[in-house]
Amino acid sequence: MNKVIRIFTWDSAVAPLVAIVLGLLFGALVMLVGGYNPIAAYSALFSRIFGNWYDFGEAVREITPLILTGLSVAFAFRTGLFNIGAEGQFIMGMTGATFIGVKLTGLPWIVHAPLAVLAGALLAGLWGGIAGYLKAKRGVNEVITTIMLNWIALFLSNYIVNRFLLQPGQQRSYMIQDSASMSIGWLSELLDNARVHWGTLVAILAAVVFYIILWKTRQGYELRAVGHNVHAAQYAGMNVNRSIVKAMFISGIFAGLAGVFEVLGVFHYQVVAAASPGYGFDGVAVALLGANNPLGIVLGASLFGGLTYGSAGMSFGADVPPEIIRIVIGSVIFFVATQGIVKWVLIPFYGKRKKEGAL
Amino acid sequence: MSAAPVVELVNITKRFPGIVANDAISLKLAQGEIHALLGENGAGKSTLMNILFGLYQPDEGSIRLHGKEVSIDSPNRAIELGIGMVHQHFKLVQPFTVAENIILGMEPKKGVRIDYRSARDKVRRLSEQYGLRVDADARIEDISVGMQQRVEILKTLYRGADILIFDEPTAVLTPQEISELMVIMRNLVKEGKSIILITHKLKEIMEIADTVTIIRRGKVVDTLARESANPQLLAEKMVGRGVSFKVEKQAASPGAPVLEVQGLTARNHQGLAALKGINLTVRSGEILGIAGVDGNGQSELIEALTGLRPVDGGKVLLGGKEITGLTPRTISEAGLSHIPEDRHKHGLVLDFTMSENMVLETYFHREYNRRGLLNYEAIDRHAEALIRKFDVRTPSIYNKARSLSGGNQQKAIIAREIDKNPQLLIAAQPTRGLDVGAIEFVHRQLIEQRDHGKAVLLISFELDEIINVADRIAVIYEGQIVGEVLPQETTDREIGLMMAGSGRTQGGDGGA
Amino acid sequence: MEALTILGQLFNTTLVFSTALIFAALGGIFSERSGIVNIGIEGLMVSGAFASAVGSYYAEQADLGALSPWIGLVTAAVFALLFSLIHAVATITFKADQVISGVVINFLAAGVTVYLVKILFEGAGQTETLNEVFSKWAIPGLAKIPLLGYGLFTAYPTTFLALILVAVSWYVLFKTPFGLRLRSVGEHPSAADTVGIKVKRIRYIAVMISGALAGMGGATITLTTTSNFSHNTISGQGFIAMAAMIFGKWHPAGALGAAVFFGMAQALNNFLQLFDFSKHIPQEFLYMLPYVLTILVLAGAVGRAKAPSALGEPYDPGKR
Repeated sequence: MNKVIRIFTWDSAVAPLVAIVLGLLFGALVMLVGGYNPIAAYSALFSRIFGNWYDFGEAVREITPLILTGLSVAFAFRTGLFNIGAEGQFIMGMTGATFIGVKLTGLPWIVHAPLAVLAGALLAGLWGGIAGYLKAKRGVNEVITTIMLNWIALFLSNYIVNRFLLQPGQQRSYMIQDSASMSIGWLSELLDNARVHWGTLVAILAAVVFYIILWKTRQGYELRAVGHNVHAAQYAGMNVNRSIVKAMFISGIFAGLAGVFEVLGVFHYQVVAAASPGYGFDGVAVALLGANNPLGIVLGASLFGGLTYGSAGMSFGADVPPEIIRIVIGSVIFFVATQGIVKWVLIPFYGKRKKEGAL
Repeated sequence: MSAAPVVELVNITKRFPGIVANDAISLKLAQGEIHALLGENGAGKSTLMNILFGLYQPDEGSIRLHGKEVSIDSPNRAIELGIGMVHQHFKLVQPFTVAENIILGMEPKKGVRIDYRSARDKVRRLSEQYGLRVDADARIEDISVGMQQRVEILKTLYRGADILIFDEPTAVLTPQEISELMVIMRNLVKEGKSIILITHKLKEIMEIADTVTIIRRGKVVDTLARESANPQLLAEKMVGRGVSFKVEKQAASPGAPVLEVQGLTARNHQGLAALKGINLTVRSGEILGIAGVDGNGQSELIEALTGLRPVDGGKVLLGGKEITGLTPRTISEAGLSHIPEDRHKHGLVLDFTMSENMVLETYFHREYNRRGLLNYEAIDRHAEALIRKFDVRTPSIYNKARSLSGGNQQKAIIAREIDKNPQLLIAAQPTRGLDVGAIEFVHRQLIEQRDHGKAVLLISFELDEIINVADRIAVIYEGQIVGEVLPQETTDREIGLMMAGSGRTQGGDGGA
Repeated sequence: MEALTILGQLFNTTLVFSTALIFAALGGIFSERSGIVNIGIEGLMVSGAFASAVGSYYAEQADLGALSPWIGLVTAAVFALLFSLIHAVATITFKADQVISGVVINFLAAGVTVYLVKILFEGAGQTETLNEVFSKWAIPGLAKIPLLGYGLFTAYPTTFLALILVAVSWYVLFKTPFGLRLRSVGEHPSAADTVGIKVKRIRYIAVMISGALAGMGGATITLTTTSNFSHNTISGQGFIAMAAMIFGKWHPAGALGAAVFFGMAQALNNFLQLFDFSKHIPQEFLYMLPYVLTILVLAGAVGRAKAPSALGEPYDPGKR
């Protein structure tokens, strides 16, 4: 019994839960200030996610890319890098997948779809690798390069769509061939046409792969060493530069997969975008919520995606501006980050528990 | 002198979680006195002085200045009361100039702006009055360690300190600079200051202190006047048992050359020449000690030998095979082990477990790594064995390296490096920050390796360590080996001169 | 010659784009020079843009006429300053991870501002369009210089303010005691502490200054370009400002140069479209230009920028 209790230590379970509760409370407070009804809002939120099968399926769809971009950012963090470029890598993933999905014809699904996935993933990996290379070889801060590459990706992908893939008279590409689609038709039908796709499975697998790479492989050992202490890694004979590039490449692949499945599984085309979709930036939040830990990221993405999807319900059902959700999420991250405040709030509930070097 | 003591600490007690750092310590500092505070690392000297300087508050006890009880709740208050501290790890802002560092926090103003001219003048005046040579406009990152220390001293004088606390001031100085410091301290006393000197160096105490207070495990062991003290007595009181200064070892029987360095040249981080043609040889079964003041090329030499720094010219041979310019990993695999001087920065990944740290250089070997997947069972078993063999104190191999004490961290690193069974073992500052017990352990290990036929290259700033442990001594100065002596045939003075650039044959000027 | 006039116009357009970046980059410099990473510049710009739209609107309603945009500017500085206190408290007092806290600021700002817009303006997605915004000033005399005069010497008052602030920032940081202490806190907080400097207090002030400046940067966009605030008034400028700060090596003059560079690359974009040959270049590549140029310059010339040594580490007096 003691072991079970020890699993739920402060750090692993209680603190994030308390942070979530505090975040929701803060959101309720903000709603009250604005004259809205928090209870109506939260119940509308809840029923929007769990109310019927369609919504549930769509919520899962919303969560999927967040898992992948969260993994992307977290993987980079673990290696000591700040990948704020998941956004651009996402876009390149979309573009690669769209290109192969539209242009190649006459291939069976078993070949076409995986090829499209691969194309998108590799293109995105390359995109991340560019930033990695610049950091390794030229010492250029990866924050700047990835920000720049985000914009470049946006315009580049627009160019590719406009020039090679444009459906006449539309602001988007042609639909991808059916043989490239990653939607799960029969499941969609069961869920009243919610757009479910294989990407969700891939995302979960990706979390497992994340764990295996970092903690079971030799490559992961090196990457973690570089992330913790680049000097010691160097002294130990590790090739730090190559590690940086590899890390950004893998990180890019994760983010790229998110984009791949948005095209192959959800929309089946790619728009000429005026602004970037935002999944990459949200990935930063998910990574932080999940403490850069694969299980935490899956849970964090679920929280984030669920709340975001449900927020539409708040405006329809309770007439509450959905921006509240950004405030809730922001506060949850805040409370996760400032564990000191959380502990301070909970001192009265701790009673006799003495903690060494507490606050 | 019947006047009240300048400083009196009465029954100072300070507790931290799990330890009593200071236990009812009482100490008196008379006007114009140099009072040494002697104790091992961790004995409580720094804590006591931090209390005097207002960085900590005592749990019990009181402080009296000139007979009046005072409460010192912050460094600002201490400074107001005339107490100044010259820190062991200099508190200097690297990109700022000497003048800026001295005036920081008490800047002379002309309207809204800093009056740099008045600042420079004041610095110059103080510098002349106390004989502390500094260049007011030089940046800290460009000046020598000796000058940096003088800046630290000037900081206290600028704020009108009458009571100066020196925390391990000689750790980073050449013998010449240490003599200069002694002169400076005597000057300060002549100008009316009183000094507390924290140190664990017995020789210096015998030379300059008027009184010694010995602290062990937080308690005062004794307070002696210099006349009644001698190094043996002090050491025994400090450690609590008989201490022999000599390291027990048999004579060396060196064999074939293992490391041969010929004409090695290399540049430092800023692109300036750091190694200007190094020649040395280390044979199997011998310990070659390299003496020298920090900053004369030691770091660059180690980096060049271990493959971390590009070599511009010359050759390095390990066991007859050339290793010049090869990658660190290739060199390590060829039989070179290295105990780095900064164990936190280079020796360990503090956030890895002890088990993961034990394979930091070998994780890719066949027994731990199968087709890219690591065999953690084998890694763990290996770590268990090493930790037991070298008596590294840790609750388990799964604890993060961060949680171990400095001594145990160093033991772990040494265990790992020796376990690689190298031809050559390079040890850089291997006993920095360790207590007497750990230091004995390290020295024993080095001698054992030498007795097993390894070649050992020992680089240290502690002259005593080199003299006691090494079989042969080479002195490095400005990127060159300027002399080689045998420990039993030389004197501190001779080595000190070489360390400062005056070779055995000609004179030169002293340290910077 | 036409070339000179065009050059003047290019310069002018550059300044318009750069001004917001200059404010925000200066803000970033103050914060980071004191050792606090501030990723939340984007969010602070958002709050500034929002507050300026609201403040200016209400000033107009109160018939304050031409004073309105100035009131908007002040409102922006104050609102963003208060917002930045969240970051300060989290990172300085509670020693939270500075990157995380910055991300929080961005989220909260995005949510709170649009939410407040909906509350204040009856569910609308953006603020009412302002009637009174800044219009360009001409420096008397100089602006009348033929050909170049218009280009070089007319600008929005916010641009002049930004340039003045660059000089002021430089002076404060490098000539005053406050600046010396601030920089010492960012390089070696322990050294500053032992000479009696209040590390936490200086960091609080630095973060608040960064809030005010970034807020003014956001306000610039509203008060000179868009005349209102909506959820995409600020989209990425904060991050570009951070890039400018790093590019400019945390020095006010450097940041100015970098911000002008970015602005110029942006203006070049518009500028090239005037020429015929540009019709052969796909539009998207012209849009990409500033970003590609930045990477090329960084990769080629700059060399490793050295950040303040204690940047990103919370100051723990216990660890001496």
